[in-house]
Amino acid sequence: MSGRAFVFGDNIDTDVLAPGYLMKLPADELARHCLAAVDPAFASTVQPGDFVVAGANFGLGSSREQAAVSLKTLGVAAVIATGFARIFYRNALNLGLPALFCDAAGSIEAGDRLEVDPVAGQIINHTRNQTLAARPIPAHLMDMVRAGGLVAQLKARGMAA
Amino acid sequence: MLPDCAKWYKDRPFDQRGRHRPLVGLNRDCFDTVTAPQTLAQKLLSRAAGGASVMPGDIVTVEVDLIMAHDSSGPRRWKPQLEQLGARIKDPSRIVIVSDHYVPAVDAESAAILKLTRDFAHENGIARFHDMQGICHAILPEKGYLRPGIFVAGGDSHTPHAGAFGCYAAGFGATDMLGIVVTGQTWTIVPQTIRVEIDGTLGDGVAAKDIMLVLCRELGMDNAFKAIEFGGSCVRAMSMAERMVLANMTAELGGETGLIEPDATTVAHIRAHGGDPGADPLGWTADPGAPYERVVRLDAGTLEPHVAAPHSPANSAPVSAHLGTKVDQAYIGACVGAKLEDLQMAARVLAGRKVATGTRLLVAPSSSATTAQAAADGTLAVLMEAGATLLPSGCGACAGMGAGLLADGETCISSTNRNFKGRMGHAGASVYLGSPYTVAAAAVAGRIEDPRPLLQPLRRAA
Ligand code: SF4
Repeated sequence: MSGRAFVFGDNIDTDVLAPGYLMKLPADELARHCLAAVDPAFASTVQPGDFVVAGANFGLGSSREQAAVSLKTLGVAAVIATGFARIFYRNALNLGLPALFCDAAGSIEAGDRLEVDPVAGQIINHTRNQTLAARPIPAHLMDMVRAGGLVAQLKARGMAA
Repeated sequence: MLPDCAKWYKDRPFDQRGRHRPLVGLNRDCFDTVTAPQTLAQKLLSRAAGGASVMPGDIVTVEVDLIMAHDSSGPRRWKPQLEQLGARIKDPSRIVIVSDHYVPAVDAESAAILKLTRDFAHENGIARFHDMQGICHAILPEKGYLRPGIFVAGGDSHTPHAGAFGCYAAGFGATDMLGIVVTGQTWTIVPQTIRVEIDGTLGDGVAAKDIMLVLCRELGMDNAFKAIEFGGSCVRAMSMAERMVLANMTAELGGETGLIEPDATTVAHIRAHGGDPGADPLGWTADPGAPYERVVRLDAGTLEPHVAAPHSPANSAPVSAHLGTKVDQAYIGACVGAKLEDLQMAARVLAGRKVATGTRLLVAPSSSATTAQAAADGTLAVLMEAGATLLPSGCGACAGMGAGLLADGETCISSTNRNFKGRMGHAGASVYLGSPYTVAAAAVAGRIEDPRPLLQPLRRAA
């Protein structure tokens, strides 16, 4: 997967990703407010296939799944961060949104063109001619991500009664 | 002595081995897979994963023994997804559903959620359904549902509460929970463990809540994917009610689960509540020399009552830093801070005193059984005579849903676990967190006050 980087700082919380007071909106409308508190132009400029890059403890706060749903609705291909809050990390993978731990995420700058291999744990920054290591997403979780998330995977596995 | 294991772990925090980790390829200098000392989290996950030995960083598929959900996160989220999937609940006997967030209904919307929850429990044969009997985390131990060694998955971030009983208990989002009710399984990354060793004796008027407010500040709230093990002589001396505070607020530390090794106190509590402690409850201990990421030590004897100032539990300081801050509302409630023992703490401050003019004291006991016990032992009478208002047993103002919400510019001191902006009402309100002693002292003084000079002996009805 390849696309542009949108870069954010540490401690991006679930209220910034999916504001609590707007939670009653339909998913596509809620997504238009995603990250608006830190970058009002984000939702209108991000293209399907682009990446969100951030610092520590991305997605902290509530267990609300809408935080990951909004990124996915906007077509974000993967989130790359130095760290994730646990429930956000699980929610993202469950929804088919790859989340990659990368200690060197701080070297990526806004607008850089990235090529990301979540299975190998490799991020190529074409703009800066750098290759960064990320923790690979383990194979059986990547199966779920590829299937489109947990619900799609359950369906494919014939969990339907 | 094992060489440099901490480094070995550190270099492989997200290793890719599955549950049946091969016996080859290990760093033999560090590990003998049979005899290497293990943390309690490792042992619990090893059991839940079917017996294979596990190490921090391993991703394991675990069988979930107890599935807990409430009216906000459970059936109303599962029902449409189950229909979309054409699937059903795998094993209703493993599920506990508790209606606590929207109780009692205050509008047509909350009434509909409660009805849906009731109907769902009935239609799916979920016998362990508790409607308006108390907060989910209080209900599990009260009904004797917890047994040392089991894996508990809850659709609520404070599920680690059950770790006080030596259960591996963790909170999950809605889709995760759906997967769990359909398959009976989930995955987790075997966590690194931080051991918190608490020795010494808490002073009178200082409580487990104060310990957690200190830890939120010292350890921070970014301990994702970590287990926190609480031990030491102070923890061993604690009642189950106080141990539950430590495990509950592991959620504020950001941890996956908070664990306390079971002992005679644990077993007695389980038996007294009609539960089954299992064949070897005392076997669930960490090994001496277990590979902790770090060990943090706390001397309980030196601890003062603490309060966390707005808007974070980590923003804590000794109560002396906030003396005199005027309080509009004092709130005793939530899974963490409205158990019988918490009401008794408040009663020791409130006995023979009145809530200050201009301040209101609201008490929402954690369960209806708690209310009944507090009525029977005289605690409730003390609170009522002091001028407290009794609220229903449920999440109430803690979840920002029930009675007791705050207006713009108001200040509240609360025995709950979170004081994020806007959680208890208007975003312009200020919420301080403290122990039930400290909340009661503020109710009497009308401002934040050290509870220790106000303490009286606990009076019980004859
Ligand atoms: S009382 Fe508060 S913290 Fe406890 S489960 Fe309810 S909303 Fe969550």
